Amino acid sequence: MSAATQGADKDERIKEISRFRQALIRPELGGIVGTVAVFTFFLLTAFDSGMFNAQGVMNWSVVSAQFMIIAVGACLLMIAGEFDLSVGSMIGFAGMMIAIFSVTLAWPVWLAIMITFVLCVFIGAINGFIVIRTGLPSFIVTLAFLFILRGFTIFFPQVLERKTIIGGIKDAAEGDWLAPFFGGKVGGPIFEWMGNVGLIETFSRGTRAGQPVVDGIPMLIVWAIGLVIFGHILLTRTRFGNWIFAAGGDAEAARNSGVPVNRVKVLMFMFTAFCATVFATCQVMEFGSAGADRGLLKEFEAIIAVVIGGALLTGGYGSVIGAALGALIFGVVQQGLFFAGVESSLFRVFLGLILLGAVILNTYIRRLITGER
Amino acid sequence: MSEPIIRMNNIEKHFGSVIALAGVTVEVFPGECHCLLGDNGAGKSTFIKTMSGVHKPTKGEILFEGKPMEFADPRDAIEAGIATVHQHLAMIPMMSVSRNFFMGNEPLKTRLGIPFFDREYADRVTMEEMRKMGINLRGPDQAVGTLSGGERQTVAIARAVHFGAKVLILDEPTSALGVRQTSNVLATIDKVRKQGVGVVFISHNVRHALAVGDRFTVLNRGKTFGTAKRGEITPEELQDLMAGGQELATLEGSLGGTV
Repeated sequence: MSAATQGADKDERIKEISRFRQALIRPELGGIVGTVAVFTFFLLTAFDSGMFNAQGVMNWSVVSAQFMIIAVGACLLMIAGEFDLSVGSMIGFAGMMIAIFSVTLAWPVWLAIMITFVLCVFIGAINGFIVIRTGLPSFIVTLAFLFILRGFTIFFPQVLERKTIIGGIKDAAEGDWLAPFFGGKVGGPIFEWMGNVGLIETFSRGTRAGQPVVDGIPMLIVWAIGLVIFGHILLTRTRFGNWIFAAGGDAEAARNSGVPVNRVKVLMFMFTAFCATVFATCQVMEFGSAGADRGLLKEFEAIIAVVIGGALLTGGYGSVIGAALGALIFGVVQQGLFFAGVESSLFRVFLGLILLGAVILNTYIRRLITGER
Repeated sequence: MSEPIIRMNNIEKHFGSVIALAGVTVEVFPGECHCLLGDNGAGKSTFIKTMSGVHKPTKGEILFEGKPMEFADPRDAIEAGIATVHQHLAMIPMMSVSRNFFMGNEPLKTRLGIPFFDREYADRVTMEEMRKMGINLRGPDQAVGTLSGGERQTVAIARAVHFGAKVLILDEPTSALGVRQTSNVLATIDKVRKQGVGVVFISHNVRHALAVGDRFTVLNRGKTFGTAKRGEITPEELQDLMAGGQELATLEGSLGGTV
């Protein structure tokens, strides 16, 4: 931008573009506008409903963080030009594997978590290899895995335990060194202090009387923020990030320039699986159980968050920050409608409308960038 | 004249029973623009694909800087310094010019032991190279999609030269362009030539060839009729050679020399 203003020999054919249009050509724009709109709306309509006190903030933050974790993976994969519809099933599958390993087989929880991560990332790689080798659309390949993984998620606990929910993980995780990295909380003393000085409310009765209503930030949120920062830096500041854009923009042109397109795509499938497993592990550690129906429809929610965040479905363009904002909008609205006392089924109506709006806006932005008419 | 960068000696290429090239000899010197002319099916594409390592010659040898060379694949040729700019460019419209420019060759800087993409360097070099070629970008983050066809060709050429091309093969760079854009590309070829790069310019447009060419080789049905220097040959003669002689001569009268 600076070079354009100082360039002495300017080209008279290049029209000055307004700051507004320039701002519009940022993938995050939709996400920023949406976030502002959503917060304004709920500040006006639901301010005194408890949505913006400590508990309320924690409530929608956790939900948003869940969306964020899977949105980061889906975002990078979509920019690399592929989809993963098996994310939701992968969440259910990963949670169930942890439960089976640690409860049914009574392995130490840290081992169960590690083996599950290796297994799930490996399945992500298989997804990628099939897409690369066959040249089939990733839509179809991962749709197959949506059913395969969900099937196993129901089959294993049925056969091993004769039920579809396996509990008792909290007891198994007692004293484990790895489990707190997913199910723990950080910042406890800070919240205790805030409770003591009256910044946040404290319980007035019961066994926890005197303790703050919010006693720490769940690791889920820490993971979400960490993954967003990692994804953003990877995409915009590294060589590999350039390859992700290139692989999704035009795989053939990228190959001609020496970009290892296949490697990039397979790695992104693995990363998406990794994010799904992080989600599953946090959820299992929090609930203390794994259910066969966990993660249902999450793949679509991840894709919607990414699209709201400004990524193009066709690949080659998008932003992790945008996807994170998309996830935030998602979480705030889902919980906000509850606080505002709106019938929760309307959430789906809202979802459909905002998805449609985002896709139309993205198509318009794409024309602006590429100069198509 | 100095030694040729590349000498294609008596190259023959057969595809099964079809003889695509029947003994073609072409030399490219540093700093010259060697035009390879020929009608469709004359063997131009086969010839440049042999030069850039896509095909292996059936007979004949390739001398690169005086030494016999065998390219196993295009990568070898690129490593040696033979770059091809295709009609269908290796450019990604939605990515910025600087990201495209360094695609596959990203400069790195290390911070805290982590290699990062050095965007300041990439942006600076891109702006510099583009200015040298006479393209004024709005900024290095301008998307390639907003550039015209001729400007995209120029970015591709500048990129190839920046990354050390000694021989630059341009496969019909002007065939899809308008008048103004064509003259931009021809001007770019002229600039590249002055930097000492040997340019192989493939075209079937005699006017474009004559505008920048130093030497001209006409291919016809897999053979050449030798190489002519600039000034030794008239446009009419080139046109006739390309068409294989007779037919065009009879057309010429009615078309009034417009072809």
